[in-house]
Amino acid sequence: MVEHGDIRVVHRGGSKINFREPVITNDSKFLLCASGECVKVFSTSTEECVHDLRGHTDLVTGVIIKPSNHLQAYSCSADGTVRLWDFTDGILIKTYVIGHPIYSIHASASHEGVVFVVTSMHADKRPDLLQLVAVHLPRSGDQMVEARELSAVLSDVSSNPLAIVFGRGGEYIASTKGLKLEVYLFRKQKAYSFFLKEDNKKGRRNTFTCVACHPKDDCIATGHEDGKIRLWRNFNQKKEYTYSTLHWHHSAVSSLCFTPEGTNLLSGGIESVLVQWRYNQEDQREFLPRLGAAITHITVSPDGSLFFTSHSDNKITIIQSCLKVSAAIQGLVKGESVTTDLMMDPRSKSLVLNGKPGHLQFYSLQRDKLLYNLDVVQQEYIHESGLQQFEVVKAAFDASGNWLATVEERKQKGAEVELNLKLWEFDEQTQSFVLNTTISAPHEAQITGMCFCHSTDNQTTMLVSTSKDGHFKAWQLDAQAHTEAADERPSWSCDFVGAYHSLVPECCCFSADGSLLAVSFQEVVTVWSTASWELLTTLSQPPKAIRNLCFGRLSCSKYLLGTTGNNLLCCWNLLTCSLEWSTSMDVSLLLADPISENMAAFCRQAGSTDLFVFKPSEPRPLFSQKAVCPGKVTRAIFAPREEMLESCEESSQWLNRSQLYFLTQHMDLMTFTTKVEEDRLMASSKQLVIDDSVAMTPFYLLLGKHRQQDSGDAQSGISTERTPLPQGSVAIKELLQTPAHVLPSTSFLCSMFVQSLLISVTEPREENKATEEEMESEKEEEDSEEEMESGTTRPEQAPLGRHAAESAAPALTKAQVRELRRVKKLDRSWFAGLLDS
Amino acid sequence: MASFKPTKIQVYPKLGEKVTQDTLYWKNYKAPVQIKEFGAITNIDFSPVAPHNFAVTAFTRVHIYGPFSQEPVKTFTRFKDTAYSGRFRSDGQLLVAGCEDSVVRLFDVSGKVALRMFKGHTKAVHVTDFTSDGYQILTGSDDYTCRLWDIPNATELNTYQEHTDYIRCGVTSKLNRDLFITGSYDHTLKMFDARLDKSVMTMDHGHPVENLLLYPSEGLLVSAGGRYVKVWDLLKGGQPLVSMKNHHKTVTCLSLGSNGQRLLSASLDRHVKVYNTTNYKVVHNFDYAASILSLGLAPDDESIVVGMTNGILSVKHRKSPEESKETSGQQRRKPSYRVFVKGKNYVPKQDDYLVSKPVKQHLAKYDKQLKRFNVSKALDTALETWLRRRKPEITVAVIKELDRRGTLKNALAGRDEQSLFHLLNFLIGNLVDPRFAPVLVTTAEMILDIYRSVIGQSPVVDRQLLRLQDLLEREIDYQKDLLEVLGMLDTMFASSIPRKEVPCSGISRSNGLGQGEASTSRPQLQAT
Repeated sequence: MVEHGDIRVVHRGGSKINFREPVITNDSKFLLCASGECVKVFSTSTEECVHDLRGHTDLVTGVIIKPSNHLQAYSCSADGTVRLWDFTDGILIKTYVIGHPIYSIHASASHEGVVFVVTSMHADKRPDLLQLVAVHLPRSGDQMVEARELSAVLSDVSSNPLAIVFGRGGEYIASTKGLKLEVYLFRKQKAYSFFLKEDNKKGRRNTFTCVACHPKDDCIATGHEDGKIRLWRNFNQKKEYTYSTLHWHHSAVSSLCFTPEGTNLLSGGIESVLVQWRYNQEDQREFLPRLGAAITHITVSPDGSLFFTSHSDNKITIIQSCLKVSAAIQGLVKGESVTTDLMMDPRSKSLVLNGKPGHLQFYSLQRDKLLYNLDVVQQEYIHESGLQQFEVVKAAFDASGNWLATVEERKQKGAEVELNLKLWEFDEQTQSFVLNTTISAPHEAQITGMCFCHSTDNQTTMLVSTSKDGHFKAWQLDAQAHTEAADERPSWSCDFVGAYHSLVPECCCFSADGSLLAVSFQEVVTVWSTASWELLTTLSQPPKAIRNLCFGRLSCSKYLLGTTGNNLLCCWNLLTCSLEWSTSMDVSLLLADPISENMAAFCRQAGSTDLFVFKPSEPRPLFSQKAVCPGKVTRAIFAPREEMLESCEESSQWLNRSQLYFLTQHMDLMTFTTKVEEDRLMASSKQLVIDDSVAMTPFYLLLGKHRQQDSGDAQSGISTERTPLPQGSVAIKELLQTPAHVLPSTSFLCSMFVQSLLISVTEPREENKATEEEMESEKEEEDSEEEMESGTTRPEQAPLGRHAAESAAPALTKAQVRELRRVKKLDRSWFAGLLDS
Repeated sequence: MASFKPTKIQVYPKLGEKVTQDTLYWKNYKAPVQIKEFGAITNIDFSPVAPHNFAVTAFTRVHIYGPFSQEPVKTFTRFKDTAYSGRFRSDGQLLVAGCEDSVVRLFDVSGKVALRMFKGHTKAVHVTDFTSDGYQILTGSDDYTCRLWDIPNATELNTYQEHTDYIRCGVTSKLNRDLFITGSYDHTLKMFDARLDKSVMTMDHGHPVENLLLYPSEGLLVSAGGRYVKVWDLLKGGQPLVSMKNHHKTVTCLSLGSNGQRLLSASLDRHVKVYNTTNYKVVHNFDYAASILSLGLAPDDESIVVGMTNGILSVKHRKSPEESKETSGQQRRKPSYRVFVKGKNYVPKQDDYLVSKPVKQHLAKYDKQLKRFNVSKALDTALETWLRRRKPEITVAVIKELDRRGTLKNALAGRDEQSLFHLLNFLIGNLVDPRFAPVLVTTAEMILDIYRSVIGQSPVVDRQLLRLQDLLEREIDYQKDLLEVLGMLDTMFASSIPRKEVPCSGISRSNGLGQGEASTSRPQLQAT
């Protein structure tokens, strides 16, 4: 897959955390979520991700805490393995190979050494014939163990992990599929099945969706497609079982959960209301409405003090047992499609795309964290399936990030399309976007394209929107003089309406200096002067319509590039108004790097996508990679880097100043990284490794580490020894970076600091000796470290990164190194003194 | 947990003119008093002395009305033919009027019979006025002459035969007894000095001059003729100062108001326009039912009197200060909030620890119902009398919100006769409003779908439905007419825009699409 050994395609954040039920540890400190091919460990108090448990090679389908050891967790995956982790340290302990793809995992305390997995044992591997299988995990010291002892418990079970649950400490197991509830009693070794009638009255269905068992009582709660909850009792016989029905949800109950004491039953569904039913007094219920998006899973912490709900918008909400939301862990929201393009917010340098219905999300790529959601529609979202709601379909930023334009759309069958164009101004005080102008029905039909004029010297900001009604409109901010009243802010109004032969405009693009506007009308590109709104020229490459349009930047600004429907990539020279070159490739996406001349073209080729990076003025592409990802790439963005890379290799130079992110067909956010960058990333991530059981405060960073160093000096240096950064010792850096108000008084620090300096002057010889010794000992440590590397089973990233950092340092001369060591030695001594005092 | 987001009420741009001090001032008149005269009202003149009676010349008589009377206090009927230009002397004692039979009659305001008859003109006399000393009379006639008469012995003093067409207007100087200005259908204004035998100044208006007006300072002269109102600087030898074309038919009458701060012009296009005399911009506009022939403004703008071609005299009186205050007082809200601010205006001191209290979200009644998903009740609240009359946009917004939630049908269904009547009433009132039409048309369709089965059971509802049908038919006709006009305008614009060749590159020309002419038009869109 990789052609240039240097550049790799990697996943970059934004993975799903709501795929499976979040698992809460016994002490309620960590939350384990299956997230793509890894398991993420979140801290419940800080909501930060503290570990990525990596090791599975396919989708992780389930996580459970090991019943006999609450500091370890099992995870299962579609790659056919069950892995045992120490999640506090993030270490893989064991791998059990099952051999068949696993869909979910269950365990109970009464079945020691056994986990129950849902897998398809049949040779033909039909996914619809699943079995619940008990796996006896062999006791063996090996890393990789093959689990051979499998025994089927139930056949024909659902792949949904919510449909299988252990009841009353593992006495029985309840499984639902379709219209059948099956209970298997372990003591009797007998299974009972209960069927519901297929009730098609009023289009409602009786299908089971989820199941929960009461922890103390013999009671099974089942959720149904029609919003009903049934409480089953007396189910240990075939005939005299009973059930009672609770009904509040108007559509399917997606998750059910009993609290640990069994006093309450929690239920949730698409309404995004958490309902708490009092057990045995079911008419008493409490609600927590407006949780943001449909509830997919509910979990309760073992002590019953916290509820966790995961939502369809990739969010986990932490709720106190008094039904008060205390925190939320929010991932990148990925709907069915990205209707807005990927954009960069010029201010926060965050990725912007449509997220929750009616919202724009601002997602920090550096920190892999959702910064905030901007409510564009500003209407109460009605959680009901099949309802046509307003969706954000287009958005655009101007060059400075002061203005944001959004288009929201609501299509209703039989009615006109409702459109709103909204313009948002960045408010410095609140640091967010404030609505400035709402233009209802800016066009008569759907808006196909929208862009801001990106020139920075231009005083007036201009926005152009193209629509299926055959017009394109230019919008401009009114001059202040126009509004007479002082309290009235300047607002946007239409400046120009253009059309060309009643053809439908598709794409629009401003030139870099903002003097030209190119609008494509099917197969014709029209070029307009923005100053006078004159049609300057038309360009075309029949017979197929233009799909993408893009002006060159900087030195290539005389070129206009376009792609056509019949797989042509054309480059027009605007000075001669003629075709400069064209080449035949099926370009699905063409985009320009805003800070260089580079252009990127994603081309479809035999089911996968190729990437070409080129300059319009040069015949040879700068970079090309075949089969970047399977499927079609429709969204991509160049994100400017915070700090430039100094890569001199020709093929990776285009990544020096900006980074290319793209979304695959399956909505995975991918990017290209170079080796240099990866090394740097490793080095920095290693620095940040901290003990996560303690909250990370500046105090902790300053003091905790040095205490460790003091105590750990005598032992092996692995955890404590660290190469000093060339800029100065860690402690001094931290001392300078720590907020002043958390430090002791300056006079106190100063005297100690000076004192420590004085000592060093009086005993220079000893000092030198000491440093030399230290260097030697460190060398030994390095060696031992390498030895350990071969033996250790940690994820390989940490040692690798250390090695890289180590190798990066020796650019210094010997004298400098000595000086550094001296400084390090010094500050440690005085700081230790400070700690002891 | 997010809080409930209230229904978004669309803010619509305020249509019509902007509210300025002038509009407030000129709107502050009571409803007009309409008096029917026997024929077209050609002249209105206010008496210079209190109580400022006014003389109305219509057909063969001159009526004098008191400031608040609806009946004439005095009538002069001794005219053989149509009377013209009944004017008061500066002391308000004498009144002069011309006549179609070329005789000029002078009346005592308290008497009935003409005191003097001035005979000498050969054709109808349309212009009469007193000179500033009050002993002479200026007349202008259709025999192209204007004459000066001595009142005491009823003799002709002088005749000026300089105009070459009918003289239809003239004014005398209030400061100089010898100066007067006449305007004629020969497009000229001429200023005469009684001490000389010929005109001293001639100005060309460009159109038949209908009316003249001198500023109180007499430095500026205003003339009306054709569609133009022109201002002349007399002190600069009759230099034209401003030319205004704000009417689309002949301007017939001029008047000064607000102590010379405002100029009013009346026209056959049924409008009276008010100009600011510093920049000559129109600041206000009055509409009348018929073409206006004469206009009079009482001192201090106490009343505006307008005479029209259909013989209707419209008198608008200014509202007294108490009356105007009353209306504004009704709109002001009582300061009831002050009672409830107890402790809320406390400013925390520096060392105080501030415990933030969650601010309770205030929701409107309909929002409270919407929050609880009580859709019918929400619609009921939105249809309350006050809301649907005063703030139809709120009602429409709630209907729109219900439609968005997919529950509008549920909310509309199951209504009794009374509430359905109110609903239909609201639809009839607002359906054709372009701001609300998209929402209300779907609502109306839904109502018809729901209640189709019960049509014919209630006469009240049936009548409303018939009204609705009638309204829609009228609206469709209206829209058709508008489209026709639009089509006409399009052809006119298309013919007036010069065709321009667009430069095309070689490639684009080859495909036959190149020789394009882009149709561009400036937008007339409003942003909310």
